[in-house]
Amino acid sequence: MSSTKTPSTKRGKLVNLRNFPGFTSTSWFVMFFLYIPLVYVVIYSFNSSRIGSIWKSFSVKWYGKVIENTDIQRALKNSLQVGFAATILSTVLAVMAALGLLRMQRAGKAVAMALIGAPLIIAEIVLAVGTLGLFIAVGVPLGKVGLIVAHTAFCIPFALLPIRARLSQLDMAPFEAASDLGANERQILRRITLPLLSPAIIAGALLAFAISIDDFITSFFVAGPGSTTLPVYIFGMIRSTVTPEVNAISTLLLLFSGGVLLGSYLIQRKRR
Amino acid sequence: MTAVTTPTKKPVTRARPGQSSPKLAYLPIIFLAFAIGIPLLIIVVYSFLEKPSQGTGVKWVFTTENYRALFIQEKLDGTTAFDTRYIKVLWTSFYYSLITTVVTLVFSVPVAMWIATREARKRTLLVALVTLPFWISILIRTYGMRQIIADEGPIGKFLGLFDISWSILYSPPATILGLIYVFLPFMILPIYASAERFDFRLAEAAYDLGAKRMTVVRRIILPSIRPGVISGVALVFIPALGSFLQSDMLGGGKTNMVANVIANNFGQARNWPFGSALAVLLIILTLLFVLIIQGIAQRRGDKVELV
Repeated sequence: MSSTKTPSTKRGKLVNLRNFPGFTSTSWFVMFFLYIPLVYVVIYSFNSSRIGSIWKSFSVKWYGKVIENTDIQRALKNSLQVGFAATILSTVLAVMAALGLLRMQRAGKAVAMALIGAPLIIAEIVLAVGTLGLFIAVGVPLGKVGLIVAHTAFCIPFALLPIRARLSQLDMAPFEAASDLGANERQILRRITLPLLSPAIIAGALLAFAISIDDFITSFFVAGPGSTTLPVYIFGMIRSTVTPEVNAISTLLLLFSGGVLLGSYLIQRKRR
Repeated sequence: MTAVTTPTKKPVTRARPGQSSPKLAYLPIIFLAFAIGIPLLIIVVYSFLEKPSQGTGVKWVFTTENYRALFIQEKLDGTTAFDTRYIKVLWTSFYYSLITTVVTLVFSVPVAMWIATREARKRTLLVALVTLPFWISILIRTYGMRQIIADEGPIGKFLGLFDISWSILYSPPATILGLIYVFLPFMILPIYASAERFDFRLAEAAYDLGAKRMTVVRRIILPSIRPGVISGVALVFIPALGSFLQSDMLGGGKTNMVANVIANNFGQARNWPFGSALAVLLIILTLLFVLIIQGIAQRRGDKVELV
């Protein structure tokens, strides 16, 4: 009977269940698909031709144009100011929320989680126009202050993600020991909680910064004419006249995003 | 009831030594109530108000006209007719999101499984490659896709060599392609997270015990990655439903999705109350989908956290 043979030879061939036909080629195709548009933008940012789709010769002149463009400088400054402010505020608020929620009652916690999670679930356009309505209603001028408030709000859930994950893994023994040894709440927070959470706080802050810098829809509605952010400016550039300048500024932003990701990766690796 | 649950619930809320006071969460909650809660409330209130005779904003007169206008059109001669325009917009958004979800799912399962079965070093690199687009501005990614599929882009040029004409930019397929492109990593990553935890020796054991290859896939592998699939479906479908940039930049205004119509009503069309009514409808549809997903996850006993 066949039961005397080993199962895999029973069917005449060895089957590798870790490799399915077509998975490798599908994966390569998907990787190609994910990167080819980005690679195309980077390559064509070095095209000297004014017409975006025709390759003429290698040139860095569009980068020169980007650097000289005072509108881009202003938009970049706005983006960075809003981004830094929103990152600091959202990270501080996220740390406070994460720690406070640990001991919160069920009902309060449910309301808090609904508010925190709302930007992840509800379409950004809805919150953007609602925020516009709010600012008009209470008389917040459309500008940087409004932008910072709006960005802080939708950055909180992103800043919170790594902090909550880390908090759930923490060993409570050092806290209990400190408390037994007579440390008060403030001392424990400063000397134990925050140092233990610091890699997660940095990761959360980087995530918040990336989300703020990349935001388009909310900024589009609440920026107002004077405080255009970089994505809103780029959107305008793409809409009006597509010059290779868009490719150059996009490439710079790609490098920047890649740098932030690499930074967060290195920080987390170093702390481990 | 409380007496039964006390032993399990009490330790969660009890003051554990060394933990911070819940008061710490008050400030973030108050801030979010102002910056998230009130905007949502405003949208609901505005949807029941009238549009001012001129300018933007609202007139503080109660009306349900905005919801009626979603389905019924008032003609100039005073007659009314059933209006399918906005139903079509909602249907378009739903339909595009559905196609996007299905296509990303079909591609993500093999990719996630493939990455999960590579050796550790290669796996880290591949995961980083899938994560990187997540950090790159959606605006720029959509722009990159537009350059690729433009009539005179690389695909158009290549096909031009064989005298095949290529013109998909500013059409529904372009919008859908853009959505697939932008949201693909959102599907791959959660499925990978599930696949990575799967012990492939289980599949081999099942096979050795006589299960057919397809049976192994159906009964062992797929149930193990199901939590990731459910998360991925939610993470792709929900943002796709409310997406704005893809239909704006790739659909060329011909293929309006609900977010574009909302934006237009708060912009050029200057009808905030009607835009708000559409926004309320979008919120309801989104929450309905969240409930369905959570229901499926619960019935299957999978732990799926959307927030």
